[in-house]
Amino acid sequence: MNSSIILGAYVFVLAILVGFEVIARVPSMLHTPLMSGTNAIHGVVLVGAILVAFQARNPATDVLAFVAVVLGSLNVFGGFVVTDRMLQMFKPRSQRKE
Amino acid sequence: MNTAIGIAYLIAAVVFIFGLRQLGSPVTARLGNRVAAAGMTLAVVATLVSPAGSGVLPSGIHPHAVNWIIIFLGMALGGTAGVISARRVLMTAMPQMVAIFNGMGGGAAAAVSALELVHLTEAHLRGGSGGQLATIMLGSAIGCVSFAGSMVAFAKLQEIVGGGAIRLPFQQFIVATLVIAIVVLGVLAAAVTSSYAIFALLILAAILLGLLLVIPIGGADMPVVISLMNSLTGLAAALTGFVLSNELLIVSGALVGASGTLLTQLMAKAMNRPLTNVLFGAFGAAPSGGGAALAASGTVREISVDDAATLMIYADQVIVVPGYGLAVAQAQHQVHELGELLEKRDVSVKYAIHPVAGRMPGHMNVLLAEADVAYSQLFDMDQINGEFAHSEVALVVGANDVTNPAARTDRSSPIYGMPILNVDQARNIIVLKRSMRPGFAGIDNPLYLDPKTAMLFGDAKDSLTRLVNSVKAAP
Repeated sequence: MNSSIILGAYVFVLAILVGFEVIARVPSMLHTPLMSGTNAIHGVVLVGAILVAFQARNPATDVLAFVAVVLGSLNVFGGFVVTDRMLQMFKPRSQRKE
Repeated sequence: MNTAIGIAYLIAAVVFIFGLRQLGSPVTARLGNRVAAAGMTLAVVATLVSPAGSGVLPSGIHPHAVNWIIIFLGMALGGTAGVISARRVLMTAMPQMVAIFNGMGGGAAAAVSALELVHLTEAHLRGGSGGQLATIMLGSAIGCVSFAGSMVAFAKLQEIVGGGAIRLPFQQFIVATLVIAIVVLGVLAAAVTSSYAIFALLILAAILLGLLLVIPIGGADMPVVISLMNSLTGLAAALTGFVLSNELLIVSGALVGASGTLLTQLMAKAMNRPLTNVLFGAFGAAPSGGGAALAASGTVREISVDDAATLMIYADQVIVVPGYGLAVAQAQHQVHELGELLEKRDVSVKYAIHPVAGRMPGHMNVLLAEADVAYSQLFDMDQINGEFAHSEVALVVGANDVTNPAARTDRSSPIYGMPILNVDQARNIIVLKRSMRPGFAGIDNPLYLDPKTAMLFGDAKDSLTRLVNSVKAAP
């Protein structure tokens, strides 16, 4: 087992602990927006999709890389916009447009 | 890794954590989402410029022109489709939208894992270590489960397939077998890298597992399922980071995996059902015998619009209980108008929000806020439950299961033990409902047969408009 996997495991475990701590007490009215927001954050898989797309070298991997980038982009862009729309409703009345 | 890009990733990871923290409070939530989006922009831009500085890609790998075309075309297509669908979707269909985007993320993670496998096995890269292959197998399996599960959740909420719970024979046995099969296939696929046939079988088994896990679950439990699938996608995204030696992927994925799991538990708790019960309980699969007998034994009392309006005008306090029916009918503005008119006549109007009213926790708050209902009028279940007993009228608008007293009394009811709004304690109960059809959980509601209850049948929007006109016309 190489050391970069071990290092990755450290980062993974510590990030999990942070993840449990960071949203300790959330009012239930924010459950849906929070789920939607975290949904957008795991769209970071787009970064992984771009990195593997750089390395694609034949038509089959090209197609798979294209699929990965499209799906990842849908997750990122759609995720953040939908969350923003939900949270727009939480603004005070005076500041709201639309 | 190039230092500048490494620092950009570090900043992005920290920004995600701050964004997530801000998302947990109503005041800062919107800012938090935007902060996280800024972090994402930084991460993606850093990745796109990375080949120039290199160090992010394995040595000797330089992107070809076709790679750039794939990336920009893919981002343009996925980005445009994502933004347009997110903008157009109705507020009522938000839960489905989240399910779809989550499924896309799961699919992306699985595709990335598959490509990592190809790159590792092809000669131009370092040979894969056991640890790397293990993360690839796990990442693709979890990504596929999340993809398939989210698609079923979407189809159920969109009512493309039946929303009810379906009891499959031997479901737990089949699920256990599939999990074992996936582990065995993963070990074999890692050992035999000469062919991708075994890996393809692994993908198939994982998709099947995702389908079978979610198909039996009733629509009422979908929020919990989507939240669970959300944390699975996070986990799959984190796993793709190991082979790419990309700490940003690991941090963000693990962050979502953990917070998503916590959120799933919070949601399950709001429904007073352990997670295992949600996954394997086949909620509301068979109509309860007790409920059916009840429907035959009681009589339903109807009320006219004018009588209902009069009852509310002369009440001290009216508690409005909004539910999914209000969301479907898009009647949030009408209910607000009615509330305003009553307030002008010195009737105290409060809104009682069950934690799982609508189809997702927080769904109702979003809808009512859209209609300009003041936050000070919205009350959580715990805050308001004591007030029903001294309220003249409880006005139930399209809510059903969250008002069902059977949850308190009937041990045979599938929702027994779920915390409910004490609507039945109000002196008068007016129920706006389309028909006597049971609610989302598919069970009868004895509240409708209560002598204190009067039914006003019709579309919620239509009924509310008529109530508004009647209150306006009243002297």
